[in-house]
Amino acid sequence: MNIVIASGKGGTGKTLLATHLAQGVSEIRKVELLDCDVEEPNSHLFFNPEVLHMEAVKILSPEINSQHCIGCNICSERCEFNALSVVNKQVIFFPELCHSCGGCIIFCPTDAITKGDKILGKIEYREADNFEIISGRLEIGSALAPEMIEKTIEKANKNKISIIDSPPGTSCSAIAALSNADFSIMVTEPTPYGLHDLKKAVLVAKKLEVHVGVVINKYQDDKDIITQYCQEENLPILIKIPYSKDIAEKYANGKLSINLTHELRPIMDEIERMVENE
Amino acid sequence: MNELVVLSGKGGTGKTSITGALAVLAKEKVLIDCDVDAANLHLLLDPIIEEKFDFYGGIKAKIDQDICTKCKRCSEVCQFSAIDDFVVNEMACEGCKVCFYECPVNAISVHNHLTGEYYKSSTDYGPMVHAEIGIAEGNSGKLVAEVKKVARELVDKEQLILIDGPPGIACPVISSLSGADFALIVTEPTVSGVHDLERVVTLIRQFDVIPMVCINKVDLSDYQVEKIENICITEKIEIVGKIKYDPTFVDALNQGEPIIEFDENNESSKEIKKMWSKIEKIINSY
Repeated sequence: MNIVIASGKGGTGKTLLATHLAQGVSEIRKVELLDCDVEEPNSHLFFNPEVLHMEAVKILSPEINSQHCIGCNICSERCEFNALSVVNKQVIFFPELCHSCGGCIIFCPTDAITKGDKILGKIEYREADNFEIISGRLEIGSALAPEMIEKTIEKANKNKISIIDSPPGTSCSAIAALSNADFSIMVTEPTPYGLHDLKKAVLVAKKLEVHVGVVINKYQDDKDIITQYCQEENLPILIKIPYSKDIAEKYANGKLSINLTHELRPIMDEIERMVENE
Repeated sequence: MNELVVLSGKGGTGKTSITGALAVLAKEKVLIDCDVDAANLHLLLDPIIEEKFDFYGGIKAKIDQDICTKCKRCSEVCQFSAIDDFVVNEMACEGCKVCFYECPVNAISVHNHLTGEYYKSSTDYGPMVHAEIGIAEGNSGKLVAEVKKVARELVDKEQLILIDGPPGIACPVISSLSGADFALIVTEPTVSGVHDLERVVTLIRQFDVIPMVCINKVDLSDYQVEKIENICITEKIEIVGKIKYDPTFVDALNQGEPIIEFDENNESSKEIKKMWSKIEKIINSY
């Protein structure tokens, strides 16, 4: 079962929740923590940092052999991403623009372009006390975060509960993570920024037909704008985490808070209920 | 013309609140919100939309079922698993047109796909260009490129383009950085902040952009501040500002005002003013 921790706005506490939740659930169920915030994977920083195993993730990339190029220009005319241009029968390839569609390989009439690959990123495996941490790490300079997220989620073990830490935002990357969710927990904060981005993220989840529960982090009082919005939209508020200097300082230095793990009990009960209904 | 982009790597470090404050301080400028996924700068600067444009961020394929012979060539060549049972899943379709070219009976057509809208607006602090991506739409990097193009057309008489950037290091960040001259990285002294700072600095090194660092919530952990300082020494990046954790930022936001307008004499406001004069000095020295 894939439980995707999302938010819309960045820095609301996704990683804080994902790490503590994985720790809490690991005491009762088989769980793994998948870090799909591939641009900035941070979950492992709160556990044993040693990488036990690592694998490179590759993606299709054209290989050019200009000796065979007749300068017909078909590849550059048909590339929708402007990743190829042909000058004096020399194919110039701009890898940062390539979307790995493979079109040029098919279209080239003289096989001057063949199938190669390039590194998209890597997947790192680490062990916490009771569970495995699997982190996707996008190669710096690559734009293809959604592809890296897909490759990381493919590693999810169907026999475990997968807690998936996902990227902020509401576009390609967030969609890639949410598309694979059985349930999504949206972590937000009671500010106009938090509300604005939560609304957007909830609409994305609805379009993808993913059920949503909300966690209000840095909670102050019941009159907050998030509680109001959730009541209007009939969204369940799973828990409210008050701002705590202690949690913030522990988090700053990469330490988990046992108190916070205990506070997550209502979410763990909800997960239990979902597992039993599966 | 100079372009200053505010970035962070990690989300929620204070990019938008600081960009909002700098918008008050910078004299001649055009403002852009490049965080089109989760655009928030308008909540502080209250822009009046003057012109609204549809944004077609890409194309999508469509299969004509009356012509299709179900030969499966399209799904064989599609690298994005976007064709299921001879129907295109628009969410997965990247608009590469490979299926369009390969279909032996010309059953596939392509059409422009509306992915969002963008706005030319005015604020009390100067013109602003911002955007809103459609629900569950992709291609935010292209929308960023479009918004920047529009802002550059407005800027000829102005001095500076001030950009509120997206978090992360991939597509929309790369788009925000291309053509920029300076980057202000807003970070925080947490293990995540430090880790993400290192990655965004590595990315910026691939561009011809001068980086500067602002440490927000500087009183959270002395140990992590030291780590950030060490990175900045090694990378020869100037730390232009250090701002303490300050709930006034949220009070100002609830009021819909940049912190400097909300309380000019607040400690953070003073620190941001000092930071801005350092940034101006750096910009003017190039």
